[in-house]
This record gives sequence, C-alpha cells and structure tokens, in this order.
Amino acid sequence: MSKIATQIKETATSVRSRIQRKNKPTLSFPLRSLSNVKYHPKKGFFELKGKKKTRTLTVATVKTFAQTLRMMSQAKTLVEDDEIMTKREAYYVSKNWDEARFDEQPESDTVIDDIESLFQVNREQLGFIPEEKGGEIAGKLVVIDRESDSGKPLRIDCTKFGSGAYSIPISVEHLKFETKAKFILAIETAGMFQRLVKHGYWRTANCILVSMGGVPTRACRRFIRRLADELKIPVYAFVDCDPYGMFNIYRTLKVGSGNAAHINRYFCVPTATFLGVTPQDIVDYKLPTHPLKEIDIKRARDALKNDPFVHHYQPWRDAIKQLLDMGVRAEQQAFAVHNLNYVIEHYLPEKLAAPKKFLP
Amino acid sequence: MGKTGKKRVKKKTKIVKKAAKKKSHTTRKARPKAAKKTEKVVEEVAPKELTNHATAEDMARRQREISVAEFFTKNRHLLGFDNPRKALLTTIKEGVDNSLDACEEAGILPEVKVVITPSKDEDRFRVTIEDNGPGVLKKQIPRIFAKLLYGSKFHRLKMSRGQQGIGISAAGMYGQLTTGKPIAITSKISRNKPAHYYELEIDTKRNEPRIIVDEQIEWPVQRGTKVEIELEAKYQKGRQSVEEYLEQTAIANPHVALQFVTPNGETKQYKRASKELPVQTKEIKPHPYGVELGVLIKMLHDTKARTLQSFLHSDFSRISSRVAKMICEQAKVSERSRPSRIARQEANNLFKAINKTKIMNPPTDCLSPIGEDLILAGLKKQIEANFYTSVTRPPSVYRGNPFQIEAGLAYGGSLPGDKLARVLRYANRVPLLYQQSACAITRSVLTTGWRNYALQQSAGALPTGPLVIMIHMASVWVPFTSESKEAVAHYPEIIKEVRLALQECGRRLGVFIRRRRKAAESERKKAYIHKYIPHIAIALREMLGLSDKQEKTIVTQLTDVLERSRS
Repeated sequence: MSKIATQIKETATSVRSRIQRKNKPTLSFPLRSLSNVKYHPKKGFFELKGKKKTRTLTVATVKTFAQTLRMMSQAKTLVEDDEIMTKREAYYVSKNWDEARFDEQPESDTVIDDIESLFQVNREQLGFIPEEKGGEIAGKLVVIDRESDSGKPLRIDCTKFGSGAYSIPISVEHLKFETKAKFILAIETAGMFQRLVKHGYWRTANCILVSMGGVPTRACRRFIRRLADELKIPVYAFVDCDPYGMFNIYRTLKVGSGNAAHINRYFCVPTATFLGVTPQDIVDYKLPTHPLKEIDIKRARDALKNDPFVHHYQPWRDAIKQLLDMGVRAEQQAFAVHNLNYVIEHYLPEKLAAPKKFLP
Repeated sequence: MGKTGKKRVKKKTKIVKKAAKKKSHTTRKARPKAAKKTEKVVEEVAPKELTNHATAEDMARRQREISVAEFFTKNRHLLGFDNPRKALLTTIKEGVDNSLDACEEAGILPEVKVVITPSKDEDRFRVTIEDNGPGVLKKQIPRIFAKLLYGSKFHRLKMSRGQQGIGISAAGMYGQLTTGKPIAITSKISRNKPAHYYELEIDTKRNEPRIIVDEQIEWPVQRGTKVEIELEAKYQKGRQSVEEYLEQTAIANPHVALQFVTPNGETKQYKRASKELPVQTKEIKPHPYGVELGVLIKMLHDTKARTLQSFLHSDFSRISSRVAKMICEQAKVSERSRPSRIARQEANNLFKAINKTKIMNPPTDCLSPIGEDLILAGLKKQIEANFYTSVTRPPSVYRGNPFQIEAGLAYGGSLPGDKLARVLRYANRVPLLYQQSACAITRSVLTTGWRNYALQQSAGALPTGPLVIMIHMASVWVPFTSESKEAVAHYPEIIKEVRLALQECGRRLGVFIRRRRKAAESERKKAYIHKYIPHIAIALREMLGLSDKQEKTIVTQLTDVLERSRS
C-alpha cells in the first residue's frame, strides 16, 4: 500500500476512534493564507508557519465534513487503482452522493485543496489532475519526452514550431532538457509572446521564451523551476506594470502563493527576477498609462501590509510606493506607442544589459 | 405682433369681466345658505347692473332656520353615506348597534338577523335588521326612527354604542332619498301585546316623522324590533364589507348570536361564544374637568339646585360638599349664591377655580370592558391562529371622561405571513372600518416598536406577519373625529393607554415567537444532521473496509454525539 493510502487510512481511523469514544471527530488543516506563510530568503519560497485550522464536526460543519471524508475515500481509491481524475470529473462523481453532492465545482475544488494540504502533498499525487493548460514554450530548448505507447525517448526541438509553440504538459516530472540558451524569459501575455516569436527574438537574444498566460499554472511553474534548476540559467519575468502582474503573477512564480503554501517548495522559481515593466520604466520610456483601479490600489496596499515577500525586499516596497504615488499602471504592450517592435529593438536589449538592476 | 397683442388685450378684458360676474354670483350664493331658490335669484340679478347689491332687507327675506335633516341631506357623507357601498354598511351598522344596545340594556342575550335582499333594480337592496330586544313603545316609534337627533343616549354619560340619536333615522332618510321608499318598522314589546307595523318618512324641512302606514299585525315572536330599509347600495365582499363588519362585531361581542343572509341567499352564522352579558354600566354625571365654560353656564342655568355648593355637589361627579366649598372659595363667590346669578357674572372665575382644584378621577363603574377572557373567546371563535393574548388596562381619563383600553392579539395559524398585520379597531364594542389612518388607535399601533417583539416592521408602517391586532376603547363618550364615527380623535391619554396595552400583549407575543423560532431552528438542525451523518459513515466504511453493521454503529454513535452537543 502506498504511503498516501496509509496516511488516508490513519486519518480515517482517528476519526472513527474519536466517534467511538463519544467525542466529536476533528480534522486539522494548515491554514491556507498569506498570514500563515513566512518568506525564507535562503530557501527562496513561502513556507507554512504551522498555524492550523481544526474542523470539528458540528451542526454547522457536518456537510463539509462528510464531503471531505467522501472525497478522501475517493482519493484513496484513485491512489490504490493508480487512476487519475480531473477536478471536474471529481465534481461529477460527487453527484452520486445524494445530499452530500457538490452544487458547484468551486466547492469540490476547495475540498480537494483541503485534502491536499491535510496530507501535505500535491493533488497529482492524490490522483486529482488539473484541467488547466500549462503555458507555452518557444526558443532554444530541446525537451526530451517519451512516446506514450513505446516509451522511447522523443526529442522535441522548441525552435521548430515556426509561428506556433510547444505546450507544457500537465505532468513535467519525467522530462529532460538540453539547451544552450543564456536565460529564460517568462512573459505574461500571449500577445507579447507572439510578437517575440514572430520576430525570432529567441534567436537574437539566445533565450527560451515562456508564455504564462496570466498567473502561471502549477505545471508551468514546475516546468520553469526544473529548467532553472537543471540548466542553471537565470529566469526573467516580463509582465504588466500593475499590482496583479507584480504579485499575483510574479510573486506566485517566484515564491509561491499563500493558498498552496504546502506545495510551494516544488512549484516556485526562487531564482526568478523581475525584468519589467517597472514603475520607473513608465517614466523612462514615457509609456501611455491608465489610472490604477480601486482593486489595484487595494491589492498594492494589501501587499505592503500583509505580503511577507514584499516585507523582505526594500526595492519592492519602494516600487509599490512609487506606483501608488503615480496612481497609474501600464501594460507590457504599451511600448507599441513608439513603434511595434520598439520592445524588441530597444526595451529588452537595454534592460538585459544590466540584469543586476532587476527587481528581486 | 401688434395685432395679436391687441387681440390679447381684448381677450383679457373679457376674462376680467367674466371673473367679476362670477365673483358676484358666488358672494350672493354663499350668504343665504339655506335658500333653495338661489339659482333663480341669481338669474334675476345677472342681467341687471352689477353694482346693484342686495340690501339688508333682501337678505333678511332669505334668512331662515335650517333643519338638521336638511343639513344632513346635503352633508350625508358626515354620517357615512358617501357612496352606495358605504351606505349599505352604515345602514346595517346603525341597525345592529341599536339592536345590541337595546338588548343589553334590557338584559336580553342578543340575537340579531341581518338580511339583504336584492331589489328589482340592480343598484337597490332591501335591508332587514331584526332583533329579540325589548321593542319600542308604539308612540315612540315614529320619532325614534324618523327624526334626526332624537334618542335616549345623547343627554346622558353612559357607555353605549350609539351616542347621538342620528344613525338609524339617517339611514331611513338615505333610503327615502335614493329610492323614495319609506322605512318600515315592526315592533312588539311583549308576548301579550300586539305588534305594531309602521311605515315612516322623514319630513326633512321640519325634521319630523310623517306616518304613511300605522297598523297592528300578527308577529309570531315574543318581542323584538324589525327595521326594513330599501336603499341605493352596492354589495361587495372583502375589506370594509358587511361581512367584515359582522365578523368583527362577533369578535368583540362574543355574547351575540348573529345571522346574516346575503343577497345570493346564503346564510352565515356567527355563533354565540359566551352567555355572559356585558356588565350593565352606570350612568354618571359629568366630571368637572371635562366641562367647557359654555356647558358650565348652561348647567348653572338649568339646575334645580338652590345654592352654588349644592349645584356643584349634585350635578357633577366626584365633588363632595367640602370640595364644592373649596371651589367656591377659590372662585371668590359665596357658596350660598344662586347658580343662575353666577351664570351671568362669575362663571368664568368658577370655571378657572374648578380646573385649579384637585378633584378625584371620575368613577369607572360606568365602563364595561369586554374582559380579557371574552376577548380571547371572540378572537378564537373567528380567527384561526396559534397564539392568542389579551390585556384589559385599568380605566383612565381624558378631558374628564373615563375610558378604558383593551387589546388582543392573534398570531400564526392560517393568517397570511407576508402581509401587514390586520388592525381591528373598536369603540364601545363597535368595529370601526373606515379612516384607519386618521385614527388615534392606528397611530398607537404604528408607534409601538414591534421589532422588540420578534416581528418585522418597516419604519412608520404596521408590523408584518401573521398577526391580527384588536383594540377596544370603552368610554362614556368616545371622541370621534366625525359624526360617522369612523376614527378616534388623537388624545394623548388615549394614544398612551393603547400603546401600553399593545406593549403588554407584544411582550407575551415576543416570548411565544422566540420560543417557537428556537424550537423550529433546533428541529431544522436535527434534520440537517441526519442528512449528512450517513455519508460520514459511508466514507469511513469505504476507507477502512468496515462491515454494514459497523457502519450503522457509527451512524448511531455520531448522532448521539451531535444531539448531545446541541442541547
């Protein structure tokens, strides 16, 4: 029996024995929020502080409690049968549970996340796989995968996708890499990625381009992490200049999130640095701007107040204050105001000339 | 521009002339109020020069007395005959009120039958009100039923439904006015005596009865009175209907048996819930605090007493000889002076002295509240609810008139839960159906904080919920805002007493609602627990490979644990 299956069984036994002793059964989970993580500059990611929430079975919690146990039972079956299930499928399976069924998928996703953190593993190990797409790669990289039927090694040259790109698979643990690139550029929007691919920027700059498409998925983060670890090359993030780009995208990429702190150790890229767009770039490159939205201001203030990562780095605190003072935000595609390829011809080369100046 | 300008000017002058004409007409009309032939007079005057004003002699020719009947013919809305629908209700109300007053005064348990029969004409109905009361003496019948402001109740201070002596005669007059048919009365005062049948009209000019038919007939009842009126009316169900009035009457008068035959021939019974007659009330003399200066002067004139002291003592309640003497001293008049002399000279001083002297509150044996038990009986009889409560306040006084407030609540059951509460207002056991918003009772209901009693209430509105609020004001003189007796005037003492009664009822209701809510909540929780416990057991069985029996044990144990923790 696998380690996870044993763990699940142990938890179930403890619940049962509490019931037999006429006590209210409990389950305790690590608290999943920014308040329960600390930033380890040496390890380079968010780590749980150890605050726990205990879910005691009461009238108010009986439904979630029942759902959690049933989902645990489901995970045990998956692990034992070496089967997988998407989160959406898990939601549909719950429809067999009569009153205990989930009404909406977010409810079942939360329960899966709870179980994941309860056993301190990632959900793939429990047999639950995400539906989300992993991000795209173009540039000087050869990915060595296996053919699904024969298991023979399969060399995928990421320079040979023309105007397209290689899609990061959901599971990346078995992949091997070969490259001569000097750095990895992680880009927020697919639009900017397309422009750089079209003009073969990876060839001129000798790099690997990654399109994250917003907040990077776990697979995408894990892929970049493995690239960085194994190839020993730096990772630069190129995102919009707004609190969302800085914290939801860049911070999650670099140190992980509060919500998934129990698995951050695998899913973050501590070596990543922030190429741009910085608030200072807005000034230096005279970028057209939009006023900060209410939610942006709230997010920035919140980061200043609660984010352990921001607390640790003075340059970030200054950058946020500068952004709040300016009261504006700028998108990475705003360089088009000067010239469509201004970003390739001027911005990126100028920035890359001094990687030391990147924000941490 | 110039042309149009001129035209406008011309027009304007015309308008001015017209206005002037109109003005002169109205002034002429307004002065001789009672004159019926004003129209003619105006026509004669109109073509003449406008400056020709009427002289004092002209006016004097048109000045004459106005009969009260004529006045109310013109102002019938004051008596509750504004429209055909209301007229029907008012007619029945006046008849039933009279019947109940008479029965109670004679110590008879009332049995009243109301019949509405459709007439040949669509908008006409014949209303019959029949009771088992003491009957009316033959010689009194014409004046009681066909003369306005004739009756036994106006000149005394005694709690009764009727007050003025207008009601039933006004109903007859309305019938006569709209259908031309006389009011028909049958009355019998004892088994051995014959029944008398009258058909009466009212001579509006003189306010005197005109006898159309006067005969003796056979009437196979022991005694009683039957009134028949044909009138223009509209029969409708629902709010402010005859049914509502009878239903509410039944609630506040559980000792009454009512029978109602609708125009469609259906018979509705409102059964008697109590054989207890209301306690007979005593007639009281006026309390000095409630008397106005003019009334005082009149009383001084009319009294049979020889000295001021004995006048004060004998014509008012709560004035002992000692208090009378104190008042005289305060007013600086001799207690032995003749009352009629005071009336001319020192009445004002006397009036002021009365109000400065401390006088005991009026006696309250003149009031006959329904009583808490009978309010409950009445509510239970007519309203299906889960919770009933009632409060009878101790008597209180406004403007020298004793009064007493009672309140009752019915909550839950089949009452609609999402609507505003229904307010049943009563004055001397008579339901008040119109002018709810103008009534002091409604004001008190609105200003009571119902949210304290676990009910919903929007600002300035009635509480929402399955609630019926009943309020009864008993008094020797209920201060109505108009002769049609629809709303109680806003005396602070009355508003306060009503609120106190409602608060007491409300507190009891709050306890009930909260207790019930708690029980429902705990029931709901229990059901909720039972829904999900089996799933916990299923999951544990799956994970630990338990048997069905072990699974069942978990369900029982877990249920036990949770139920124990709830209580």
